[in-house]
Amino acid sequence: MNTYHLQYFSLLGDFTKKSCETLTSKASTPSELYAEIEALYSFSHGKDNFRVAINDEFGEWNSVLNDGDNIVFIPPVAGG
Amino acid sequence: MSNFLISAKAIEDIDIVEKVSTRQSGGYVIFDGRVRDHNENRDVTHLQYQAYEALAVKEGERIIAEAFEKFNIHKVFCVHRTGDLQIGDSAVRLIVSAKHRGTAFDACEFIIDELKIRVPIWKNEHYTDGSSGWVECHECSKHAHHHKES
Repeated sequence: MNTYHLQYFSLLGDFTKKSCETLTSKASTPSELYAEIEALYSFSHGKDNFRVAINDEFGEWNSVLNDGDNIVFIPPVAGG
Repeated sequence: MSNFLISAKAIEDIDIVEKVSTRQSGGYVIFDGRVRDHNENRDVTHLQYQAYEALAVKEGERIIAEAFEKFNIHKVFCVHRTGDLQIGDSAVRLIVSAKHRGTAFDACEFIIDELKIRVPIWKNEHYTDGSSGWVECHECSKHAHHHKES
């Protein structure tokens, strides 16, 4: 089991009703962790247009996560 | 000093020209993106911006670095709001200085186009009927494209 620090933005803040949390999880990749979050908060949005950040840098959905990583799922952006 | 900032406070009073002034610069181009009162046939009352600041600043700086590689420009400064904004408020202000205006126009357009599709900032629009929604550009995550309409 690893501990992950998550921040939630945009839609994900609405789905989870949180801006951040620390989770203990069996997930070893962002994909697995995202599926866990969907189940935990009972939403099913998919992540086709999403990106993921690991420790404040863009990462891959199949990257291997380490204990203590900071994870942010990034819905489609709309700055400017 | 960073060339790319996220600000929770109003950005209208920042002296952005001073940030990029050089004695060699003959052209200064500013993009001032403001909150408008409608979007896709819906009347907008106000909106909120959220930013994942740690990565937004990194990605903003990367875009500016790319602009320096592509264009012969002198200086760039960009600041983007977070928090609650009203109609007419500045959401983003970007300024580029260069020897001549053409290069400054091109670099300014490049930077704002890339910002819109790459920087982790989100916009929640509130409408006159009381509803609200996160603005999603479905194309953004699939491939680079341009937002020339805004």
